Order: sequence, then C-alpha cells, then structure tokens
Amino acid sequence: MLELDGVLLASVQTELTDATVVALQEDLLDRAAATGADGVVIDVSAVEIIDSYLARVLTEITLAVRMLAARTVVAGMRPAVAVTLVEMGLDLPEVETARSSAHALEMLARR
Amino acid sequence: MGGAPGAPTVLPIRSDGDLIRVRRAAREAAVRAGMSLAEQTRMITASSELARNALVHGGGGRVEISDVTRPGRRGVRMVFLDEGPGIPDVARALTDGFSTGTGLGLGLGGARRLVEEFRVDSRPGRGTTVTIVSWSRSPT
Repeated sequence: MLELDGVLLASVQTELTDATVVALQEDLLDRAAATGADGVVIDVSAVEIIDSYLARVLTEITLAVRMLAARTVVAGMRPAVAVTLVEMGLDLPEVETARSSAHALEMLARR
Repeated sequence: MGGAPGAPTVLPIRSDGDLIRVRRAAREAAVRAGMSLAEQTRMITASSELARNALVHGGGGRVEISDVTRPGRRGVRMVFLDEGPGIPDVARALTDGFSTGTGLGLGLGGARRLVEEFRVDSRPGRGTTVTIVSWSRSPT
C-alpha cells in the first residue's frame, strides 16, 4: 500500500482468498484513519473475477471510508469483470470507478 | 486434464484456499472448451459463488468438473455438492437477499444469470447439489 499526497493506493492481487479480502479491508480502514487520507484508490486491474463477496466488501470499504470523511475510487476494472457484475445484477451503485490508478489520482486531485 | 475422457475432475471445498483452486480449475476447463475471455469470466465467477455457498452454507463439500461436448460445441459442466442443511425454498433462495447480501440467496441468483444451464437439487437435511453448464460460443 502506497501513500501519495494524502491518497492511499492499494493494488489487489490476482488470486484472493476471502481472508485476504477481509485483511485488506481492515488494513485500508486503519491506514486511512491513521494517515487522515482524503482518498483511497483500490487498483483491481489484476483481478480476474469480482464475485458477490468481493463486490460487497468493495461497497463496505467505500461506505466506511466515506464515514472517515474520505473518498474511495476503484480503478482499472477489466471489461469482462464489469460485464459479469452487471449481468449478475451487481452494478455497485455506491462505488466510484476510474479507468486506471492514474485516472483515479486525477479524479481525486480535481475534486 | 485429470482423468480419462468423461471422468470428472473432483476437488474438495473445505477451506478458503480451496475456493482459489476451484476458480483455477474452472478457468482451465473454460480455456479447454475454447471460451472467450468474457465467457471464462462468467464461468469462473459462477463457480466462485457456488463454491462459497457449499463452503459457507453447506459446511463444505466438493465439485466435479467435466468437459462436455455436443455437435459442434464444447462446454464445461460443474456439479457442486454439499451435505449441509439444504435449502428449504429454492425459488426464494434464488431471489431472496441477493442485492442486500443477506440470506441464502447470496450468489445463487447471480450465478444462475451467468450460465446457460442451472439446476438446484436440495432437500432439508439432505444437502444441496447445484449443476451448471456453459457452452463456448466458438465452434469446435
């Protein structure tokens, strides 16, 4: 996890166990609170699938980070992942997305 | 692939780490069937939902993965079996609580939307068997 000008940047690895996902969630929230970050970027470009479990955790992170007065952007979702989520009926209405981590940093800087 | 033609690959679903192995095997089978990236992603995502259901709600079980064919097409069949409490109302489980993330329906209705053939066989106290089949759109 990196910190750049008040933004936490986390890259999610390819193959995630549910335990890793929970650890990432706790770690991100602790770091966001400890550093007083204004933004959190979660780069999912390496992630081959997002199932309902990971989708729910991404939503929970977004909502919890919002309560810490910061903003979460999920970056780099693969097109096949996006279409699969929509087909499942999971369009993640709470989650803000960006095309890449660089795009997410731009969005957070523009605010 | 493991085993003679027609013999399914059987993997246990007993732990968090097993979910990764099921997804990996689903991807390998989808690639063997000649599925596109979008088709592979649907199949792997459905397998992830159903394997987690077997683990979390069924107390663990196993999956049987087979390469299947019909004239001009290749596909993948995955059968998820558990010996858990079973699903009292399958129709309800397919719709109930999916978007809210609560209840047995979690993942079941979503998985059904991702595959071409979907069958749930479940009775209270007798466990649950979910069978899915998807076909590659590209010809053999």
